[in-house]
Amino acid sequence: MLKALKGLSPLIIFIGFIAFLAFGLSRDPAKLDSILIDQPFPDFSLTTLDNPDAQVTHEILNGQISLVNVFGSWCVACVQEHPNLMQIDQTGRVQMIGINWRDDRDKGRKWLNRYGDPYDVILFDGDSQMAVDLGVTGAPETFIVDQAGRIRYKHIGIVTADDWRNTILPLINRLETEA
Amino acid sequence: MIRQGLTAIILSVFITFSAPAQETMPEAPIISEQEIEKRARVVGRALRCVVCQNQSIEDSNASLAEDMRTLVRARIRDGQTNEEVIDYMQSRYGDFVLLEPPVQTNTYLLWAAPFLLLLAGLAWFMRLSRRKQS
Repeated sequence: MLKALKGLSPLIIFIGFIAFLAFGLSRDPAKLDSILIDQPFPDFSLTTLDNPDAQVTHEILNGQISLVNVFGSWCVACVQEHPNLMQIDQTGRVQMIGINWRDDRDKGRKWLNRYGDPYDVILFDGDSQMAVDLGVTGAPETFIVDQAGRIRYKHIGIVTADDWRNTILPLINRLETEA
Repeated sequence: MIRQGLTAIILSVFITFSAPAQETMPEAPIISEQEIEKRARVVGRALRCVVCQNQSIEDSNASLAEDMRTLVRARIRDGQTNEEVIDYMQSRYGDFVLLEPPVQTNTYLLWAAPFLLLLAGLAWFMRLSRRKQS
């Protein structure tokens, strides 16, 4: 019995090693949960897409639940996501804040004219200040911020109708009872 | 005695005049652009371009890496130390942004593994050679 086990030991070690690699390599470190969850939304002072002179600060996040969506006219996946954001806006459940990331003001505006504007406020982040503060790696990315201005949820990639129904809307319901 | 008194008066004059002057001085020490560039390269080489495969932000042409390079330089210009800049990036992107994994509880095994493997190999080799002798 012991001898048989000894003979098999290379195989056992091999299988163990494969299992280790399968676990380690299948996890994408870039997809790890944001370490910003439950942290206050970073302080900011940014201009809006329409007005290069306006200064909007993080104070607009106080007192209501916000959906913060990072987008750009260069972002192909954003076109796909956009109808879902338009529908979320229709529900009136959250303040919709857009972050126009690494864009050109004219292009950003034209893009919204073409696909519709679901946002209450659109911040202009031409040089990634806000994006890096939020640990953004690509667009679209979406954050849910609670009434106290804390980040409660981060979604990488397109927010689908299912994501809204099954994850984001229940979270908003929960946050509303928290307040 | 007189000398000391004089020094005290001169000093007190200096203090009264320099105190308000100091308040209006910019907080950040002035660093030459050359120095900023030198330090930013060191910091940038330690930071992963988060949209690339295993490239530092100094080596990458990605637009986000470009913006991160600018932000690193701005922070150094504002008087932050290299560690403060790296800590800031880590507080935004997590450990992933560090090209070299930090030594901490969830990475002890990672750092120890080469030495453990070396020890295991040595033990195995010694057992084999002893068996051959006997």
